[in-house]
Amino acid sequence: MQTETNTSIENAEKATIEMKSVSRGYGEKWDREEVITNFDLTVNPGELTVLVGPSGCGKTTLVNLIAGFDFPESGEILINGKPITGPGHDRMVVFQETALMPWLTSYQNVVFGPKLRGDLTGQDLKKKATDLLTKVGLSEFMDKYPLQLSGGMQRRCELARAMINDPLLMIMDEPFRGLDAMSRELMQEFFVRLFEDGGRTNLFVTSEIEEAIFLADRLVVLSNRPTSVRKIIDIKLPRPRNFHQLTSSEAFDYKREAMELLHEEALKGFGAAAGESQKAFMESLTKTPS
Amino acid sequence: MADVAQSTNVGTVPVKRSKLMKKLQNKSLWRGVVALVGFVLFWEVCSQKLYMGVDVPWIGKIPPPTEVYDEWKKIFFWPGYWESFYLSTARVFAGFAMAQLIGIPFGLLLAINRYFRDIFFPPFEVLRPIPPLAWVPASIVFWPTTEMSIAFVTFLGAFFTIVINVLGGARNIDVQYLRAAKSMGATQWDLFTKVILPGTLPSIFTGAAVGMGITWEVVLAGEMLSGGGQQGGGGLGFFIWSSYMGGTVAQVIVGMISIGIAGYLSSSFIRYIGVVSMPWRRLF
Ligand SMILES: Nc1ncnc2c1ncn2[C@@H]1O[C@H](COP(=O)(O)OP(=O)(O)O)[C@@H](O)[C@H]1O
Ligand SMILES: [Mg+2]
Repeated sequence: MQTETNTSIENAEKATIEMKSVSRGYGEKWDREEVITNFDLTVNPGELTVLVGPSGCGKTTLVNLIAGFDFPESGEILINGKPITGPGHDRMVVFQETALMPWLTSYQNVVFGPKLRGDLTGQDLKKKATDLLTKVGLSEFMDKYPLQLSGGMQRRCELARAMINDPLLMIMDEPFRGLDAMSRELMQEFFVRLFEDGGRTNLFVTSEIEEAIFLADRLVVLSNRPTSVRKIIDIKLPRPRNFHQLTSSEAFDYKREAMELLHEEALKGFGAAAGESQKAFMESLTKTPS
Repeated sequence: MADVAQSTNVGTVPVKRSKLMKKLQNKSLWRGVVALVGFVLFWEVCSQKLYMGVDVPWIGKIPPPTEVYDEWKKIFFWPGYWESFYLSTARVFAGFAMAQLIGIPFGLLLAINRYFRDIFFPPFEVLRPIPPLAWVPASIVFWPTTEMSIAFVTFLGAFFTIVINVLGGARNIDVQYLRAAKSMGATQWDLFTKVILPGTLPSIFTGAAVGMGITWEVVLAGEMLSGGGQQGGGGLGFFIWSSYMGGTVAQVIVGMISIGIAGYLSSSFIRYIGVVSMPWRRLF
């Protein structure tokens, strides 16, 4: 598949993530709320796996577990066969809210990690950081502070800051949410190119179905809470991807399938009411394209 | 202003506007100047006794700015005046510096160490609502010299504000920054120096600006209470007090304006350091 062309990935091997009956909930006794139960998923190396589920279903909870910011109550998460014991620069997360340090310029933000660890220094570091910032289109903004950048630029700066660490896995948690429609589309296109010539293992979280289909190799549809995997849909749209593919009948079938699943799950959460209105809703969804 | 007109008229070579010029063309600066001049004029007119021998209520009892100015010209050459200025300023900065030196680390420790917080936060919160001046009698008893008790009360005035600001600032740092840094391999020490410290800097300066105001208040009140004289004393607070007791009202007003100017200069100084050390807040 798309993984033959990843010449540009240098030091990094690609990660396999295995989640084995992972559970995580919050609170005690009467306050207890199960968020994730018996979650099984393998993220294949070099693939772009997209998790799609309604807001509040536990996507960020999952991300925190894989990133090592939080730990499962039962089950285990393995990266290349080894259990995750905490955060590490083999896994880089880009969150919805910008986590660029406001007191550092774009350049300083990008070199933050390698400088801390001392694994890249001097001219090598400078070159790599400059190349990456150029790649994300920020060569003119290296000395600007995050607050001086637009939302889209901040996202790209964050991508550069993550990539300089050569992570085995990139985790993106609704990274383009909150951008205006235009920048969002541009960012999706930019990101898909970046993935296609990087071939890094990617886990992308979103609540937007179109975005999910546009990006994904594998689309993981999450169930209603307590969350587990409802279904995995292999997205066989050819790469490189472009937006025209979204209007193809193939894409439309994917969209319809994912929507039906999500809608079923949403209704379960709603108390499984109104079968009739469900039908009407699905019809209204499927009318749109030619 | 003549210069301005000339340099723009010469104009074949584009003249780069200097910083000063930019400042002079700033509208809000001019508004400030107009307000200040208006205020002085109003004061001048209302405090003259021209109105058929009847004073304007309240303000008519105050000497006009011209009289204050004449008084100031006289006082300007008194060494005692400058000594007062110096004494108060020195006290303010000593107390302020001590409060920063102890307050910032104390606030940071409260923020990052749970045990430290469990032990020291409750007593801190009990002592915090006590106004600095309520400490005066106790500290006069406690400290051997008046100077020391003024210093102590001054220190307290700024200390509580500084600690509360540092604590709040450090606790409010977005957890995403800490997580991002941890992901990239930061040690506890890295987190402290590279995330918590710069992240708290804005609150440190807020605390400093407020604390500076409080130290001036406390120093002057302390000087008035201490009654000047042999040990300690002096300072602008005592200057005003003795002017009230034995001098003229104009002299009192000179003292008050001096304090205003000294306070303004000190807070400008803090703001300036803040702007220089936090370039990311000086945007656009
Ligand atoms: N630290 C926490 N403490 C208590 N409840 C939490 C915590 N984090 C998440 N939750 C709960 O878990 C659920 C899922 O949250 P989240 O993972 O953020 O959802 P999503 O990212 O899919 O929108 C929410 O209902 C939230 O209330
Ligand atoms: Mg989320």
